[in-house]
Amino acid sequence: MPIDPIVLTDAAVAIGGRPVLRGVDLTVHDGEFVALMGANGSGKSTLVKALTGLLPLLQGNLRLFGTPFDDFSDWRRIGFVPQRQGATSGVPASVWEVVASGRLTRRRLLRPLSRADRTAIADALEVVGLSDRTNDGVARLSGGQQQRVLIARALAGEPELFFLDEPMAGVDLPSQLAVAEALAKLKASGATIVLVAHELGPLAGLVDRAVAMRDGRIAYDGAPLADHEVHAPWLGEPHTHHHHQPARGNDHVPWGSPRSEQRP
Amino acid sequence: MSLVELVELFDEGFMQRALLAAIFTGLAAPAVGTYIVQRRLALMGDGIGHVAVTGVALGLLTGTSPTWTAVLVAILGAVLIELIRERGHTNGDVALALLFYGGLAGGLLLTGLAGQRGSALQQYLFGSIVSIAATDVLITMGLAAIVIAVCLGLAPQLFAVTQDQEFARVAGLNVRAYNLAVAVLAAVSVTVAMRTVGLLLVSALMVVPVATSQQLTKSFKTTLLAAMLLGTAASVGGLVISAFASYHATVQPGPTIVLLSIAGFAITWPLGVWMRHRARLRAPFLPVPPSGHDVTDHTHAHGPDCGHLAVPHGDHVDYVHDGHRHAPHEEHYDEH
Repeated sequence: MPIDPIVLTDAAVAIGGRPVLRGVDLTVHDGEFVALMGANGSGKSTLVKALTGLLPLLQGNLRLFGTPFDDFSDWRRIGFVPQRQGATSGVPASVWEVVASGRLTRRRLLRPLSRADRTAIADALEVVGLSDRTNDGVARLSGGQQQRVLIARALAGEPELFFLDEPMAGVDLPSQLAVAEALAKLKASGATIVLVAHELGPLAGLVDRAVAMRDGRIAYDGAPLADHEVHAPWLGEPHTHHHHQPARGNDHVPWGSPRSEQRP
Repeated sequence: MSLVELVELFDEGFMQRALLAAIFTGLAAPAVGTYIVQRRLALMGDGIGHVAVTGVALGLLTGTSPTWTAVLVAILGAVLIELIRERGHTNGDVALALLFYGGLAGGLLLTGLAGQRGSALQQYLFGSIVSIAATDVLITMGLAAIVIAVCLGLAPQLFAVTQDQEFARVAGLNVRAYNLAVAVLAAVSVTVAMRTVGLLLVSALMVVPVATSQQLTKSFKTTLLAAMLLGTAASVGGLVISAFASYHATVQPGPTIVLLSIAGFAITWPLGVWMRHRARLRAPFLPVPPSGHDVTDHTHAHGPDCGHLAVPHGDHVDYVHDGHRHAPHEEHYDEH
């Protein structure tokens, strides 16, 4: 019986002193594809940040691959695709450079890229269908293509456990299909995937298990839900059809309060 | 003045020292500058520069080498700026402003207490590359070499951290340590460039070459290397120009270097705007098939030489013609 990649028990998380998650228990089994769903502000992104250690646990216990989080250092086993604020930054960067930075989990200081590194980078670009854009500046790509670059960056580290925060938000249809295809390959390779999504779209067929959040607690954990069920009244969300809004991410914080930990 | 006279001028010891200082400063400042611009902290160098004024004044007051006191105080200031930034308060820029003015005012006050006139401070505020002493050149070269070595050696890690901190943390990198490293490198290069362009203009040499090079580059590596090249060209060029001109008028090297650097930006900026505009027009259309079959009735034959912009669209090419997208289809063109 393989070790469960994620075992979270009785977790509480606060952002800026304000309790966001309470009493969250979540065990993700090896090779599972879990979709974290829920309305804006329900705590699904916060949960992923807690699982990756970006937000500290106020209470509770997290084990990754059987190791208590404080002792965990095997970061090469984890791949993370943050919520996209654009893959661009102050200085131009090429698609290859961004993807290559995903290899840092496996590189030692001051060592040049090995052949294995280069192969992994090329393979990651191939999987997301951007092999022909290798030398282009990231800023020149569409939002969906930038999202695929971020996925390739996580792929390049060849992780076993994948976290994706809203990979489909604001992504054009061809890129949604490319992302779905890349995740299908990843799932077939046996990776464990935890994905935050507002709506599943083309990913629906891949999901093994849905976990729906409501107001910082897990409200549903079981078989995959159809998109409209996530907004069902018994999950506390009146059926308002949400469209993806770009550049959120601090929706748990009241207006006007300092946005500690949230700023890049 | 003839070329011979210029060559003779560079035979002078003070000119050779100035040249060495200019080369090393020109290489080091934009190297750190690239990471600072990457983190969108372009004004950080200015903040550190102002704080370093207090360091220089402390040196004048205590009779120790102002270079070393400046390095020390600049590093303290840079770490303080980084910690304030890390707290992420919305009024972080106000805290930065307090450091700016506190550093400058403290420096001026201490200089007065030291019984020195403002002119003692002036060579640090505005640079005095031609009066740089041999030991100062060695210190400059040593510190600059360290800055360059770290900036290039740790480039993969520094790039990842400055590009996406959340990702870098989940990749197991010690983000805070790398952020502090960038702050310390910035402080060191501020003091390195202090004698060349002066503390008040230091940031220009860190930021302007980066801004210039990124007009034309697509990758981080070329931006970094081109910025270092441009920085060296500006600092050496500025020194030579001011040496030339000083036969006719008082031309200080510091401002000349900065203005030359800005002139470089002014030349490349329109080119960058044009290239970005062109790239935007040529970006492929989404490969979504058109909803209907809409035949145009026009007779113009599109081709590689027809002069109309050809934009890839899925498995074919659309020609942009008077705001319409014409796609070749059998014997006619479709409206896409």
